[in-house]
Amino acid sequence: MATKTGIEVSIALSEAVRLANADVVAAYPITPQTHIVEHLAELVADGELDAAYIPVESEHSAMSACLGSAAAGARTFTATAGQGLELMHEVLYVASSMRLPIVMAVANRALSAPLSVWGDHSDVMAVRDTGWIQIFTENGQEVVDNVLCAFRIAEDRRVLLPVMIHLDGFHLSHMIEPITFPEQNKVDQFLPPNDYPLPLDPNRPVTMGDFGPPFIYSETKWAQEVNLKAAKEVVLQVWNEFGDAFGRHYSPVEGYRYEGCRVLLLTMGSFSETAMTAIDKMRSEGKDVGLMRLRLWRPFPFDEIRHTVKDAEVLIVLDRALSFGGPGGPVCSEIKAALYQVDKKPKIVSFVGGLGGRDISVAGFEDIVNRGIEISETGSSREFEIFGVRE
Amino acid sequence: MAEHAVYTPKSITDLIAEEERFTPGHRACIGCGEALAVRLTCKALGNNVIIVNATGCMEIVSSQLPYTSWTVPWIHTLFENTAAVASGIEAGLKILTKKGRRLLPDVKVVAMAGDGGTSGIGIQALSGALERGHNFIYICFDNEAYMNTGIQRSSATPYGASTTTSPAGKVSIGQITWKKNMPAIAVAHDIPYVATACPTYPFDLMTKVSKAVATNGPSYLHILSVCPTGWRCPTELTIEIGRLAVQTGIFPLYEVENGKYKLSLDLLKLRPVTDYLKLQGRFRHLSEDVINEIQQRVNEEYAKLKEKVDGKSLA
Repeated sequence: MATKTGIEVSIALSEAVRLANADVVAAYPITPQTHIVEHLAELVADGELDAAYIPVESEHSAMSACLGSAAAGARTFTATAGQGLELMHEVLYVASSMRLPIVMAVANRALSAPLSVWGDHSDVMAVRDTGWIQIFTENGQEVVDNVLCAFRIAEDRRVLLPVMIHLDGFHLSHMIEPITFPEQNKVDQFLPPNDYPLPLDPNRPVTMGDFGPPFIYSETKWAQEVNLKAAKEVVLQVWNEFGDAFGRHYSPVEGYRYEGCRVLLLTMGSFSETAMTAIDKMRSEGKDVGLMRLRLWRPFPFDEIRHTVKDAEVLIVLDRALSFGGPGGPVCSEIKAALYQVDKKPKIVSFVGGLGGRDISVAGFEDIVNRGIEISETGSSREFEIFGVRE
Repeated sequence: MAEHAVYTPKSITDLIAEEERFTPGHRACIGCGEALAVRLTCKALGNNVIIVNATGCMEIVSSQLPYTSWTVPWIHTLFENTAAVASGIEAGLKILTKKGRRLLPDVKVVAMAGDGGTSGIGIQALSGALERGHNFIYICFDNEAYMNTGIQRSSATPYGASTTTSPAGKVSIGQITWKKNMPAIAVAHDIPYVATACPTYPFDLMTKVSKAVATNGPSYLHILSVCPTGWRCPTELTIEIGRLAVQTGIFPLYEVENGKYKLSLDLLKLRPVTDYLKLQGRFRHLSEDVINEIQQRVNEEYAKLKEKVDGKSLA
């Protein structure tokens, strides 16, 4: 029987990688990812995870070693955060373009300068266009479940793409939460061994990573786009199968008390739990407000977003990252783009908040909703507002 | 006369095999010393290898979609990460073999990069992979500049050479730094096998590649690859210039097995460096003073190497 355990989310994540029976872990330590890679090292040292642990000398080499390991046909995992994700940047494009099914957990962290080890989504947004499947998680259970789903999705022959699991640094990675671990035999049924179609093999030589002149480059990129968009069907299928097997269900956009609401708030990651409490409070006070949480960041869930907001008049989007000199919140920009062609659409208000680990309380979310409604009625001279900033 | 091995095969069975693994039809320049070095290297490597190629001349000339020059498994990803990719393949194959999922126990992972990809942008990944002790071969094909991008200086460009980013000018002799000693850096990692080679001496080169294949742990080969395009020399002089690099002591052939230095060719007398320099346009502008400076440096460096061989100097 699966039992519920009180455990730090980073440790639980590593236990999920053990349950997935990963073959190779290549990682470089960076706060707030460290507990993940430390625990994986312990699992390998104790023989509880039969994997090669490559303690590389940088994140660039971590992702590069993952390329090699995945190309050799090994189930491959790494984890990073913030600056580490940025150092990997060019390698991330190669992982997706060469269709290497790597799973990476990102303990989301702000970017320097000034140095900040604390959480926000600046790192996520900077790797938005790298061609990875990207999934936000809200609590420890979602982290564990989605790490298992990530290997299934990545290694599916219809997909063969790398997957990032985002969990907020500290706010989620360092929390101790009650988590139900699936039983090993059920995981083994859900997640068969990796069977990469054309691994590097002297008995069956392949040339991987050719260079593409202008006459063929566009076609390779179009193929990649088609591949990533088509992956969504597999993501949905894997989540459904996971739900059938383990009783916990996931979808690209998840609403909370949202149906028929005039005002909707959109959040990602661990802030959504606080936002739910705020929504409960406001609903008890008679306010017409609901919540939608964005789980699948790439491929972007256009249809689900359009469907979820179809009855709303106001949509308040809270980003945890800033697009300097641009429209403000990167997620809000995409939401606006997704709804621009829709005839009946809500007014959209952009907030940026929770930068560099600054918390937003229940009262804070109430303030955001109230201010958002105000802006929707009176308009604003600004493209966006940073919540709680001292100007 | 152990030095015969530098010039001739040890036995009739060691003659160069006909089988090509880096096949004709690639797009390298006429007279390319690196293409020749890669071709010979591949003959010695055999078929039980996986090649990891850095971005650079050999990657570009051999892998244009939809063609390939490689009959062995080959992967290119980026410029500076070749040793790290090799690490991942080696570790992946090892664990998969241990788990019984893929049975490739003896396959050798071979990383190949140019001098820029090795002594410049890729040195961190290389150092990490050597330090971690992966069972792989790293080969630097050294043509002494970033040739693929148009002859820009690297840290392996020799003193006085004119390149497109170290041009000789009215107030400059060209490259004003001495060539980085990559083999010494590799030796400093305490790896089991380090050697230098040059395709002018094919049997020596192939013997060293075979030794690297037989080495358990990391090995590092540094192969001088004459580049007529970048060195501004006639394409038919590739072999001769390689020979002169060795005979002048500018590029000595040696091995370092478990830290012990051994000259492959112990030169009783070094030819003057001018014999080498005067054939190449990249050195054409050098004054007698600078040539004397180079001569003195080569004498000193060769003496230092001899001390290491004689055990008088530690590394």
